[in-house]
Amino acid sequence: MGTGTREEWIENRPSRGLRLPDLRELWQYRELAYFLALRDLKVRYKQAALGAGWAIFQPVVLTVVFTLVFTRFARVETAIPYPIFALSGLIAWTYVAGSLTRSTQILVANTPLVTKVYFPRLLAPVASALPGMVDLLLSLLVLAVVMPFYDVRPTWAILTLPLWLAAMLVVVLGVSLLLGTLNVRYRDVTHGITLLVQLWIFVSPVAYPSDAVPEAWRVLYFLNPVAGVLEGFRWALAGAAWPGSVVFLSLGTALVLLAAGVLYFQHAERRFADVI
Amino acid sequence: MHAIEIEGLSKRYLLGEDRPGGTLVEAMSRSARRLLRMRSRPRRDEVWALRDVTLAVPEGEALGVIGRNGAGKSTLLKILSRITEPTAGVARTRGRVTSLLEVGTGFHPELTGRENVFLNGAILGMRRREIERRFDEIVAFAGVERFIDTPVKRYSSGMYLRLAFSVAAHLEPDIMVVDEVLAVGDAAFQAKCLGRMETAEREGRTVVFVSHNLEAIAKLCPRTIWLDGGEIREEGDSPAVIDAYLSEEVTRASEETVAGDPGAAVVLRSVRVLGEAGEPLETLLRDEPFHIELRFSVRTQVPGLDVAVWVANAFGTEVFREGWFDHSPDRPSEPGEYVATLRVPPVLNVGEYTVGVWIGSPYETLVDAVVARFHLQGDVKNRPSRSVVLHLPWEVRRISGADDPTPAPHPRR
Repeated sequence: MGTGTREEWIENRPSRGLRLPDLRELWQYRELAYFLALRDLKVRYKQAALGAGWAIFQPVVLTVVFTLVFTRFARVETAIPYPIFALSGLIAWTYVAGSLTRSTQILVANTPLVTKVYFPRLLAPVASALPGMVDLLLSLLVLAVVMPFYDVRPTWAILTLPLWLAAMLVVVLGVSLLLGTLNVRYRDVTHGITLLVQLWIFVSPVAYPSDAVPEAWRVLYFLNPVAGVLEGFRWALAGAAWPGSVVFLSLGTALVLLAAGVLYFQHAERRFADVI
Repeated sequence: MHAIEIEGLSKRYLLGEDRPGGTLVEAMSRSARRLLRMRSRPRRDEVWALRDVTLAVPEGEALGVIGRNGAGKSTLLKILSRITEPTAGVARTRGRVTSLLEVGTGFHPELTGRENVFLNGAILGMRRREIERRFDEIVAFAGVERFIDTPVKRYSSGMYLRLAFSVAAHLEPDIMVVDEVLAVGDAAFQAKCLGRMETAEREGRTVVFVSHNLEAIAKLCPRTIWLDGGEIREEGDSPAVIDAYLSEEVTRASEETVAGDPGAAVVLRSVRVLGEAGEPLETLLRDEPFHIELRFSVRTQVPGLDVAVWVANAFGTEVFREGWFDHSPDRPSEPGEYVATLRVPPVLNVGEYTVGVWIGSPYETLVDAVVARFHLQGDVKNRPSRSVVLHLPWEVRRISGADDPTPAPHPRR
């Protein structure tokens, strides 16, 4: 697989300039991405009594705490019932934060994959961004159960859900390709990623709605790709108000980050085995 | 038709400041300093792991790669399998390449044997359908049928290794790149690995095999290259290349040992192989005794000084080792110059031999090196594989007559 047929020569020579990903090769190696993702998924819940229950446990518990804090202690105004607001935000955020952390570390945590075998390296971070999607889909079931209690019904906007899921994947990949590449050489990233995720939640509309942000700051705020994706996700699922065209600003940032991430990763990839 | 073509291949590694594992802050302060021109850019130390290597391997050939540690063998394999890219030159391969630089890459202790087989197979480039088709064979070859749905963390290290190797053994690559996989595992496992590589060769696969096991190289590969300092030192028929390599290794080791550390308590001066009459010879006759003579000086008194000499055959098997400890009651420990001679009776079979010397005490090792080699000539008779020829006496007795049906009584327990 992947390394071609007997008729064609495969060359290994010093690379120059931009190296775009070889899509044909990525496709040939797709099963490896599947098995790596499956491994992540299985290993995560092995020997855990709650098993995959953890996937939904985390956002649910956080939702309860958030609801308590932000409706009793500090008052946060939301257009939709706060528990639904928080749960939908936390489901998305849990995916982004978790996958980002795992995907950034995948190469460093699996050094032999880099130094002992060949495969298109891009597959590793991609594969580790996938299992979180399974958790996310499971959590959506919880949301589906809770929504009727608050008399929240999805609108036709739910049809755009796949788009927002794809956007989340783009955000995770863009950032984790940049940071993951850096991590191969500088382990500082491993330490920094936790802090980054902790800070990021404050500049994203997870606990509070983006319309709480002063008008003057909104453009800057939505340069954060998570901001628009989260609001879009909420709009699609829980019938929240459409946050406006600033969402496209977030999507734009996400795509720019992805492009930058892919190019940087591909550029550095050939030397991973030498420096990891 | 070639399966591998390598032209002017070079690989440079940078050491020093740009080394892996440096921290981000170091890199940033370095860049800042560079920007401010506070210091001229520091000279980086570089190591050329490969230097202008040109080589072609015909389809279906098994090529051996030998050389000292750091000679560039592993780098060559890594470039062939595209794990890293060269600094200059090009390596071309034709067909599916599988690199076995390690067995069980990607194995996860929490996953079951079954799950790991699929994962590892995919990592080594097998398609899922291919793994499914050969799954039973893989498990049977490893002999872990009963445990296939048990997490591999519960496996013994032997089972783990067998399963990992079994996946690799069922690959069907056009080109197989193997690095010292044989260094792990017991003798039976190593034999299995070698057997598998022989099969691969017979099936017409191209094999590139790196090993320190010269016997295995000689057996598997008709042609061998000797890498030295990143360059091809010699290339040709395996026996000739291996012989040249061994000869230099022994000379080098001997020179290093004899030069020694001038401050050491004991310094080896020379090691010679002498014929029966005491004349230095490199080629001896099989059926005549010979002597191994050591000259060494003891600088400071070493309590419990002991000297041992061993002889190993071409397969690396130690045929005998003789130390003072076993025999000599009067061990010198006073400072001075010494000559020690060991008389070896004509028991060794014909062939190539290396001589090693160990000097030390129960508390420390002062000298431990292969320092000489010799060749024994003579009639091989019909058993070239035996290590020693002892001509031990037989005693044959008749214990009952041919007509007597009762067998000789066994001693009762």
